[in-house]
Amino acid sequence: MPVFRIEIAPQPTAADPAGQAALHQAEVAGIHPLPREVKTTAIYLLEGDIDEAGVNTIAQSLLHDPVTQTHFEGTRSSKADATIEIHPLPGVMDPAGQAVELAIEKLLGEEVRVQTGVRYDFYGIDATDAAKIAHRCLANTVVHGIHNEPYHPDEFPSGHSHDMSVPEVPIIGLSDDELERMSRESHLFLDLEEMQTIQSYYKEIGRNPKEIELETLAQTWSEHCVHKTLKATIHYSGPNAENRPHHELHDDGTHTIHNLLKSTVAAATFELIDEGIDWCLSVFVDNAGIIKFDDEHAVCFKAETHNHPSALEPYGGAATGIGGCIRDIMGTGLSARPIAATDVFCVAEFENEAPQGCLQSRRILGEVVRGVRDYGNRMGIPTLNGSVWFDNNYAGNPLVFCGCVGVMPIDKIEGDPEHGDRIIAIGGRTGRDGIHGATFSSAELTDTHADEFSHAVQIGNAITEKQALDAILEARDAEEGCLFRAITDCGAGGFSSAIGEMGEKIGATVNLEHAPLKYAGLTPSEIWISEAQERMVLAVPQSNVAALQAICDKHGAEMCDLGEFGTEGAELVLKYDGDTVGQISMSFLHDGLPGTTRIALWSPEASSHNGEDKVNIEALLPKLLAHPNIASKQSIIQQYDHEVQGRSVVRPLVGPLGDAPSDAAVVTPVRGSSRGLAIGSGLATGLSSDPYIMATAAIDECVRNIVCVGGDPETTAILDNFCWPSANDEASLGRLVRCAHGCYDAAKAYRTPFISGKDSLNNQFTKDDGETIYIPPTLLVSGFSIVEDIEQCVTMDAKQSGNKLLLIGTTTDSCGGSHALMVEPSMECNTSLPQVSFEEGPANAKAVHNAIKCGLIQSAHDLSEGGLLVSLAEMAFGGGLGISVSIDGLSDTMLVSETPSRYLLEVAPEDVGAVQELMNSVHCVEIGEVNDSDELRVNEYSWNCDTLRSCWLEGMVI
Amino acid sequence: MTKALIITAPGINCDVELEEAFQLAGATTFRSHINQLMDEPSIIDEADLIGLPGGFSYGDSVAAGRIMAQLMRQTMYEQFVSALKRGVPMIAPCNGFQIAVQLGLLPGPTPGQGWSETPSEPTVSLAQNNSARFIDRWVGIDVPQDTRCIWTKGLETTEQSALIPIAHGEGRFVPKDEELLRQLDVDGQIACRYLPSDNPNGSVGDVMGICDSSGLVLGLMPHPERFLRWSQHPYWTRLSKESRSGDPLGLQMFKNAVAYVNNKSAEKETVHT
Repeated sequence: MPVFRIEIAPQPTAADPAGQAALHQAEVAGIHPLPREVKTTAIYLLEGDIDEAGVNTIAQSLLHDPVTQTHFEGTRSSKADATIEIHPLPGVMDPAGQAVELAIEKLLGEEVRVQTGVRYDFYGIDATDAAKIAHRCLANTVVHGIHNEPYHPDEFPSGHSHDMSVPEVPIIGLSDDELERMSRESHLFLDLEEMQTIQSYYKEIGRNPKEIELETLAQTWSEHCVHKTLKATIHYSGPNAENRPHHELHDDGTHTIHNLLKSTVAAATFELIDEGIDWCLSVFVDNAGIIKFDDEHAVCFKAETHNHPSALEPYGGAATGIGGCIRDIMGTGLSARPIAATDVFCVAEFENEAPQGCLQSRRILGEVVRGVRDYGNRMGIPTLNGSVWFDNNYAGNPLVFCGCVGVMPIDKIEGDPEHGDRIIAIGGRTGRDGIHGATFSSAELTDTHADEFSHAVQIGNAITEKQALDAILEARDAEEGCLFRAITDCGAGGFSSAIGEMGEKIGATVNLEHAPLKYAGLTPSEIWISEAQERMVLAVPQSNVAALQAICDKHGAEMCDLGEFGTEGAELVLKYDGDTVGQISMSFLHDGLPGTTRIALWSPEASSHNGEDKVNIEALLPKLLAHPNIASKQSIIQQYDHEVQGRSVVRPLVGPLGDAPSDAAVVTPVRGSSRGLAIGSGLATGLSSDPYIMATAAIDECVRNIVCVGGDPETTAILDNFCWPSANDEASLGRLVRCAHGCYDAAKAYRTPFISGKDSLNNQFTKDDGETIYIPPTLLVSGFSIVEDIEQCVTMDAKQSGNKLLLIGTTTDSCGGSHALMVEPSMECNTSLPQVSFEEGPANAKAVHNAIKCGLIQSAHDLSEGGLLVSLAEMAFGGGLGISVSIDGLSDTMLVSETPSRYLLEVAPEDVGAVQELMNSVHCVEIGEVNDSDELRVNEYSWNCDTLRSCWLEGMVI
Repeated sequence: MTKALIITAPGINCDVELEEAFQLAGATTFRSHINQLMDEPSIIDEADLIGLPGGFSYGDSVAAGRIMAQLMRQTMYEQFVSALKRGVPMIAPCNGFQIAVQLGLLPGPTPGQGWSETPSEPTVSLAQNNSARFIDRWVGIDVPQDTRCIWTKGLETTEQSALIPIAHGEGRFVPKDEELLRQLDVDGQIACRYLPSDNPNGSVGDVMGICDSSGLVLGLMPHPERFLRWSQHPYWTRLSKESRSGDPLGLQMFKNAVAYVNNKSAEKETVHT
């Protein structure tokens, strides 16, 4: 069939913002020479049984805007000096193309295949320089084809068909070397012991595994899916391990830890529950942790990483990251409604030279933000909390954390499939995309991964997921009661892990040929392990299938019946066109994984003190405010629709000008209710040289942020996301144990139960020259907390001249890991790491919360990156006011030290006494007041607030 | 009881808060999905008020609102026109606005002229923001004294409350020519404007929203349905309780429309008796 080409361009006189944006990107990327002008044209390629007239109708009535655009059938000649076209590679999702196909079918009744692309006409540079811009700024060759002339193929590439038979893999009798090679070459990423276990299992049952069985085992046993390192038995030698749960002490002083997760993070939660915390409804078992919100509602929270896909293709990687996290919420209990999203990114500084095989940091961050924006905004979920951490060791392996919060009826927080329930899939079609994502994310990155693993990268389609969400929530709330008995999402491992987990206890029979496919030619194995996006799996009683189908039809969500839950002897039975292509016992699949034993070592570095306390404070503050970790994130935040659903009460940006940095966000999960939910996070990567201190500081920061907007520290639940450079060597694993100990101790001290978590333990990048870049050990702590009445919420912007400022918490001179040292490495100070006090921290949080609850606080801001000075500056310019303080007994470096557990409170003069009363058990000093000047004055130093504000606003702009 | 119809579609995502806005304004609501409406457009005949919510209908593929507008032009333009002849107020924020201009409802016929039998060609466009970026923030709103718009006429505001949130990537208002803009102005069809000092997307004439010549149909880029409570105000924590009394700007718009419908039916009553 012929391929028609339609060009849609802005009218000659009309503006071309996309062209100007492309020019701007090239400029900030520092590309020379720059074109004089860039003009963009949208390209639509149509393949189908249509004629010229039909094509003209489509161009006229569907594709072009008569007010601002022109259309042209074919290829317009241009006077440009160079023309580049960018089109998705074959097999890469093209959501815009899909939407146009649907529209053409509905409008004209024609079945047409559509591909979209963009044409860039460059003026003032030649083809070579234009290609450079395309590669550096406009396209990613992992998913895009770059054409140096208009692209008009004779026909569309179609899915090449494969041999549909499922081969047996001869594993019995292989030598250890051969087993290891097989694991590596077929991307199973299983270690020798695991391969041997599989080998002996099949020897026992007297046959070789089918390829599909091996694939199923590989992803079910992947680090990504079972967290085997955190659950392993660990021999640990290091301090501070005494008298901990499941820590067995040996004579030589070393410990054996039976299941690190169970002994630390989870232990804290279960001990707190035993001690009387009664609002945790579901912890560690479901796709997200669930707590009680009010008598009728529960709220749930999940945070994930999507690091490796984002390293190769940041836009698609981040979009599918947030998309997957949203599906976790849709797949929690009997489905929750997503009401808020969070995101935290870790990248290299913009100036850093990217290693071979990696994208520039600015490009990565820009694309990641675009991905979260395009997916989250389309889903209608406000992204309203996050941060960005810059460290050049993230150059080859950026971190992309995505979180999502949901609300659900309290009687719908759990469900299990029953024998005879249909296995129903709703949402996107299955394609070859995303294959081996689970095992890939458990591997290490190298400079050749972009080629080797491009099939693990995907482009999502948010609308497909939104349609599934609309249908599922309608089915959940059906008058006759919830139409399904259990639900989960297809994440890593696709159908394989979703159905494998749901059917773990009762087994399942799957007819793979029933899965709707994006294109022909997928083998049964590919269908089974594909990680194509936007798919949910439900267990539906036969009697409800028709009703569910009607709801899906209404919303245009595709639904299919893949088979039945429940088999004799709880087996997983995989069929294709009636033939059994795979059969595994659920017990071997889920319990067969050999427990590993690892060795972990930790030895503290001696803390040092480099000479006198000396620093040029006046010069330091503007530099601190411009540091990318501290500087305004406005250029990111305003690209997110952080107000959709109309629930936002405290936004990421506050203050009279809407540009002050809020400590946390508050939303109202239940319409009409004045009860709120505060959402915050903590990240203390600067302290990663001692992960114990880092973990306790991150939890302290998360609690501080939540408390500052009115959240209750007594009802704060938290999540852990470990991102580690590796967990294979003893020292690295030792740091992980150390970090987990910090999580346990702080969670117990603050009485903040962990309710869910996730880890990603292979974040390193091996350059072409063989050198490996290891990310700093990173722990993100996300948290949420009940706000009894949103009227109690406060923000951090200074409110009124004449109000007094109180500093809560003691300040030490420990500047290790502080931003002051990052900005002024020559600063003379105490370089030991600041420690969290488990007496002070929780007490301060509680006292501040009480004062806020009593309505005595005008504004509250925590002291974090940059310490006291930065917080004072942010409060001042955030409120468009001046501040004057004088503090005795604080040396200059203590003005920028980052001692945890500290707060700044703005209090009306008449309330100071009452607040001090409430603070009598904690360290509280009145340090100064808010005034009408445009000046920040601290002891003998002073700064102009507008100058500080501009440093802060211009420090990090994407 | 006054009934407001909320029209949903794949990718529409501001439907729930729009529904709540009508409810807080005293109307009852019923929802219908475009797939139902295309089969049964007569559902529109049951509505006293209509809301076209914001979102990303069909992913805003091709252009914001394009596909949804084309589907509606083909299947339900007639029902919209007869609803307007019945005096049904309609609000179309954000994606709804983008849809309404392409559906042929806005700016609609000039005063005195009747609605065309078939959807007319769009004469105004909501093009990509001049920044080429999606932007979410609050902006100042200015309502022309002489506007015909029954939604925005007579809004009571103070400096602190004359704010409204925008969240869009394609909101740059472009009329087909200067003459049209002048005419809309003269005919009181400009429903609201950005402050000249704070035009977030490069809209021609700082136009934020327009209405048809009957004043019933309001299309606007911002989201009045996101400003129904004072706790949604961008810096409400700086405002005294006193200055947070009274209906927020967004809610006022919906109350205007519900009152309009109620008065209309009250008049009918008196005519009958």
